[in-house]
Amino acid sequence: MITLDDLKTIKSNTLSRICLRSREDKANVESLYTKQVLLCRGTGCTSSKSDKIEDEFIRLLKEKNIDDKVDIVKTGCFGLCEAGPIVVVYPEGTFYSHIKVEDVETIVEEDLIKGNVVKDLLYKESISEDKIKAIDEVTFYKKQERVALRNCGLINPEDIDEYIAYDGYVGLYKALNEMTPENVIEAMKDSGLRGRGGGGFPTGLKWEFTAKAIGDKKYVLCNADEGDPGAFMDRSILEGDPHSVIEAMAIAGYAIGADEGYVYIRAEYPIAVQRLQVAIDQAKEKGLLGKNIFGTGFNFDMEIRLGAGAFVCGEETALIASIEGQRGMPRNKPPFPANKGLWDKPTLINNVETYANVPQIILKGSDWFKTLGTEKSPGTKVFALGGKINNTGLVEIPMGTTLREVIYDVGGGIPGGRKFKAIQTGGPSGGCITEENIDTPIDFESLNALGSMMGSGGMIVMDEDTCMVDIARFFLDFTVEESCGKCTPCREGTKRMLEILEKITDGKGELEDIEKLESLAETIKLSSLCGLGQTAPNPVLSTLNYFRDEYLAHVQEKRCPAGACQSLLQYFITEDCIGCTKCARNCPASCIDGKVKQRHVIDVEKCVKCGACVEACPVNAVIKK
Amino acid sequence: MEFTFDWEDNKENIKKLNGIIEDHKDKKGALMSVLHEAQDLFGYLPIEVQRIISEGLKVPLAEVYGVITFYSQFTLIPRGKYQIGICLGTACYVRGAQELVDKVKKDLSIEVGGTTSDRKFSLQATRCIGACGLAPVMSVNDEVYGRLKAEDIPEILEKYKNM
Repeated sequence: MITLDDLKTIKSNTLSRICLRSREDKANVESLYTKQVLLCRGTGCTSSKSDKIEDEFIRLLKEKNIDDKVDIVKTGCFGLCEAGPIVVVYPEGTFYSHIKVEDVETIVEEDLIKGNVVKDLLYKESISEDKIKAIDEVTFYKKQERVALRNCGLINPEDIDEYIAYDGYVGLYKALNEMTPENVIEAMKDSGLRGRGGGGFPTGLKWEFTAKAIGDKKYVLCNADEGDPGAFMDRSILEGDPHSVIEAMAIAGYAIGADEGYVYIRAEYPIAVQRLQVAIDQAKEKGLLGKNIFGTGFNFDMEIRLGAGAFVCGEETALIASIEGQRGMPRNKPPFPANKGLWDKPTLINNVETYANVPQIILKGSDWFKTLGTEKSPGTKVFALGGKINNTGLVEIPMGTTLREVIYDVGGGIPGGRKFKAIQTGGPSGGCITEENIDTPIDFESLNALGSMMGSGGMIVMDEDTCMVDIARFFLDFTVEESCGKCTPCREGTKRMLEILEKITDGKGELEDIEKLESLAETIKLSSLCGLGQTAPNPVLSTLNYFRDEYLAHVQEKRCPAGACQSLLQYFITEDCIGCTKCARNCPASCIDGKVKQRHVIDVEKCVKCGACVEACPVNAVIKK
Repeated sequence: MEFTFDWEDNKENIKKLNGIIEDHKDKKGALMSVLHEAQDLFGYLPIEVQRIISEGLKVPLAEVYGVITFYSQFTLIPRGKYQIGICLGTACYVRGAQELVDKVKKDLSIEVGGTTSDRKFSLQATRCIGACGLAPVMSVNDEVYGRLKAEDIPEILEKYKNM
């Protein structure tokens, strides 16, 4: 049986291993190492071969005989995916970016052995006025406040001792020993934490409903079926700090009276699945999961259930059906899962990011939590920033930060000097926000008021080259594919909407199609069974609202203002043409004319838009417009 | 495209499958877990495998088939030796992933979800793989290629064709 003293011992024993990178306790502890190399092994950086970089570090440290002085720590996501793979060297916090396997030797030789910063490999913003800035001082991180991501990029997710060294599982201890289940629920209600999966339902209230529900057996579920295209915060939390979710689920189990939990996670997230399994096994081994936790008589056990790629399973009743081994189809609510959930027992479901906040709220108190964010939306929110933006990655900001701050201060603005057009939030369930509203503070209400939503937190930035009609079509295509088919409005309605959008982007749209789209959208919103269908029309409605002129240009002028819709584009040969005749010789439709050494011309009537001329041209003189 | 299931070649795997079924038989909601493990074994879930699972778990064959066809991760046709996945998450789409899909389709003459007749390549449009910093992204088995343009595709495919 584990005790609080055991946690304290683990913490003090681990400090000498982690103090170089620790925010606190640096002065009082003697470090076991002279340097520490933190290496991002999140999905993004691993995709850019950070696994090979790790191997190379290990090999070289051994070869140079400094493997007892320098420690290599693999971590979860650092957030700034654009700069990956990322390597940070402590105690200085030197921030190296875009590292390749070949660079490892230089870092080892120069930085780790000689103690010189390798300036060429620094993240571009890490030097100002000739001074080297540590990772915390980089602008990208400055406006961020990390609660859910507090340990991501800081600890080794596969080492429970490191989690404990950052006061992990003390929240669970405190809940079990110093609080009644009612106290815990009260604290959650008082904190004002709202569900981070998108809906924003007050978490404490949900816990209270489940606690009060009558049943001999209850379950705690974690929704890790993050299916939003362009959102990866839940996966990153599980990859970078799986114990925070395990601890939170145990606290939730205590609060509502459950002794069993499941994490429902996509099989497509192999790194997250593997690290979560490692974490569960370690927690069991330490007695932090299982029977009689901290000697309080409280039992809690959990296991992983793999999803198989169905977006609708993010919907709680569908997720439950899937764990039960059925097709993941949602059902009508009520009864809510709080009363009738998994195998008809009272069930609590929260998403990963929501859980990641819980241990901190219990540990530091709800008053602390309320100092972050806004009055109605306390705390922080993690966003996956992507699309046409310089600093793609994962950011966590206090609620109430404006979109402008996120796009320009944290995100570093739009690449290539292009013009900002819109930001799409909330994935397929959300909408677009334009320049006009860019100073809106981000919270649940204000995004809803703009016809968008928080959603799980995908933020895709679009510039002038993005066609908004095409984006609406893209999301509808997704919805049609992911609709479970149970209710007619969603199954048939979204398909009809997609057909109309395809017609418009193909240049065959008519004015009445826009009216049809709107009326279909309203009907589907009102009559669908679950959240997927109810929100599916949002991207269409919001783009129609803000970018109706683009729809009209497609329909009336058969023109795509952004130059993105293939069928509406024409190939054109510019003055750069050197008259080499290659395009004409490669054109399958024989529609290019011109004399040798003279500018050629395309007959747009005959052109089949195959692009063969673009590929053939040696001087890039063929363009689409 | 029809692919036939070879009983003789899969003898060992069937034995393993029966073991998996035995392990899960008494667990509630075991079907999904068994399907995942079966697909890992065979690479796909042909009707022959579905029958074994149906009988072993005492779940009607129609239900097994229903579950398999519901989820996009489960497949009824074999995947190729090299599984090409092109991310169609929003970030990748905005940065031109559709052009990559079109190029691969054209170069391999297969549709999304299809496998070439020599079972060398299969093509999937995947949802966000979480490497948005590298958008647009294509993966071939575990190898990830980021910041791609359609022109880069032939060279990558060529590499695997000769492997």
